[in-house]
Amino acid sequence: MPGLARLAASLIDFWRVFKGNKLGLVGLAIIAFFAAVSVLAPVIATQDPYKTDPSKYMLPPSPEHWFGTNEVGQDLFALNIYGSRISIIVGVLAALVAVSIGTSVGLVSGYFGGLVDEVLMRVTDLFLVIPPLILMIVVGAILGPSLINVILIIGLLSWSPTARVVRSMVLSIKEWPYVESARALGASNFRIIFKHILPNVMPVVYANMALATSNAIFSHAALVFLGVGNVNDISWGMILHYAFASGALSTGKWWYFVPPGMFILLLIYAFVLVSYSLEEIFNPRLRRI
Amino acid sequence: MVSKYVAYVVRRVIASLIAIFAIMTINFILFRVLPGDPIRLLFRNPRLTLEQIRALERQFGLDKSLLEQFFIFLANAFQGNLGLSFFYKMPVTDVLIPRIINTVILVLPATITSVVLGVLTGMIAAWRRASKVDVIITTTAMGLYSLPTFWLGGVLILLSIYYLKLPISGMLTYGVTYPDLTSYLADFFRHFILPYITLTLVTYGEFTIILRSALIDVLTEDYIMAARAQGLPTRRILGVYALRNAMLPTVSIIAINLGLVVAGAVLTETVFSWPGVGRLIYDAILNRDYPILQGAFIVVTVSVVLANFIADIIYGYLDPRVRR
Repeated sequence: MPGLARLAASLIDFWRVFKGNKLGLVGLAIIAFFAAVSVLAPVIATQDPYKTDPSKYMLPPSPEHWFGTNEVGQDLFALNIYGSRISIIVGVLAALVAVSIGTSVGLVSGYFGGLVDEVLMRVTDLFLVIPPLILMIVVGAILGPSLINVILIIGLLSWSPTARVVRSMVLSIKEWPYVESARALGASNFRIIFKHILPNVMPVVYANMALATSNAIFSHAALVFLGVGNVNDISWGMILHYAFASGALSTGKWWYFVPPGMFILLLIYAFVLVSYSLEEIFNPRLRRI
Repeated sequence: MVSKYVAYVVRRVIASLIAIFAIMTINFILFRVLPGDPIRLLFRNPRLTLEQIRALERQFGLDKSLLEQFFIFLANAFQGNLGLSFFYKMPVTDVLIPRIINTVILVLPATITSVVLGVLTGMIAAWRRASKVDVIITTTAMGLYSLPTFWLGGVLILLSIYYLKLPISGMLTYGVTYPDLTSYLADFFRHFILPYITLTLVTYGEFTIILRSALIDVLTEDYIMAARAQGLPTRRILGVYALRNAMLPTVSIIAINLGLVVAGAVLTETVFSWPGVGRLIYDAILNRDYPILQGAFIVVTVSVVLANFIADIIYGYLDPRVRR
């Protein structure tokens, strides 16, 4: 119970600072909007996104079909609304995987130092150097396109930036006097890491989480667009994939291609804004001027 | 001093070699060991003749142990032998080389433009931190960074169809013979402009954000404060003190983020059917042409490692502190 109370108190503190940041609030509002859309999809989109109708081949927007129809006569408005679900789910889950691994690697590497640090950082550097999207394409093309695969591929291949940042923070935090006194009192390494170091790293972890989510949403859309992800699940990337592959783009069917990309752009932008404001708030160096 | 630098270079060479070795190992695991085993799929391809199958079996040594196969793979790759393409029925290396040149033609100008613009606007934003100019530059850069590359390319294609009337695919008009060099270059340039704009804008957003924060780090250093306190003109502080010190992190930031430029290039080339390595990767996915996919992966990753190596060498030369 005291843990919960403390969490609530820290959230309230956080909100007090965060609400002063206009850009961050705009980002948060956009995210809330898309979350609501994905939850309320069946209410917002009255038509069945799966229902095909050959007589409605690539119709432009009309009162009946606000975003027009695609090459098999599906309602593009319904597809776009339902598409928000997969993008958000993949983005958040993949980012959770990436940030958990990155934080753990950073904590262990920074705290223990020595050979462990050396090995972990070489691996991190390797993942930083290999272009993630290219590796995702190759792994995705080989392992096949299930949703879980895509989430794991994106998550497992994007943890290195978080690991680097967390490690560099841990290096300075572990020299602080109270960590030394905890060690002098005989606290275990496990306890010091989780009780004394992790809470101080969390702000950076949140900022990285927001950034990782935006990257994951982009990576997922790019993979599906290239035909590596699952082109059967309804997602924004899948709509773009078919708009490109069916020739709708090269014949100027803008209503097919523009909306899903606009939504991806907005959602990514929202997460970038949130991440940016978290960094502004928590990085003392940025507050100096 | 010289010997220290030599030692640093040697360390970087070893680190790069380890990275390349690791990349080759990852490659081997991906293409041979994981379930799905694409190399075996080679033999299920109806396009291949019996002789080609025999040659492939011998070449990959599929009857040998995995470890032996690994060394055969390394030796082959080292000699530039990356196997045969399913689709093109040619050695992968022969398919790759012209594609690499086409990619460089697109990526190099786009990267240079975005770096120059990124340094300029990143510096202005960092200097006028939290001002209106900074907010405008930063939010624009974040917007460009958030743009899905392939979607931006698609929107430019739509604009071109309705308004700009520029070619939307390929590098040159197909099947045209050119009377002179000027008309050849004019046709090339008309094809070049849209993919170039796409790649430049997306990369620019990325670089500006990173460079701005690198520059803020420099601008909050005490010697900048001291220079300001002395009342030195802004131009001198920025041009002499800040820019020189910011150039160092800039070099390594650009090198590290080359991977992102590469990802952008894959998507841009795909949308515009630009005949480079990126479009080749897309076609290889469609055709399930694994030897090509593997070759392209090796070429792309090894180039990024080499670029990082070059950046490290320059960095070490400019800044003695990193030599340790």
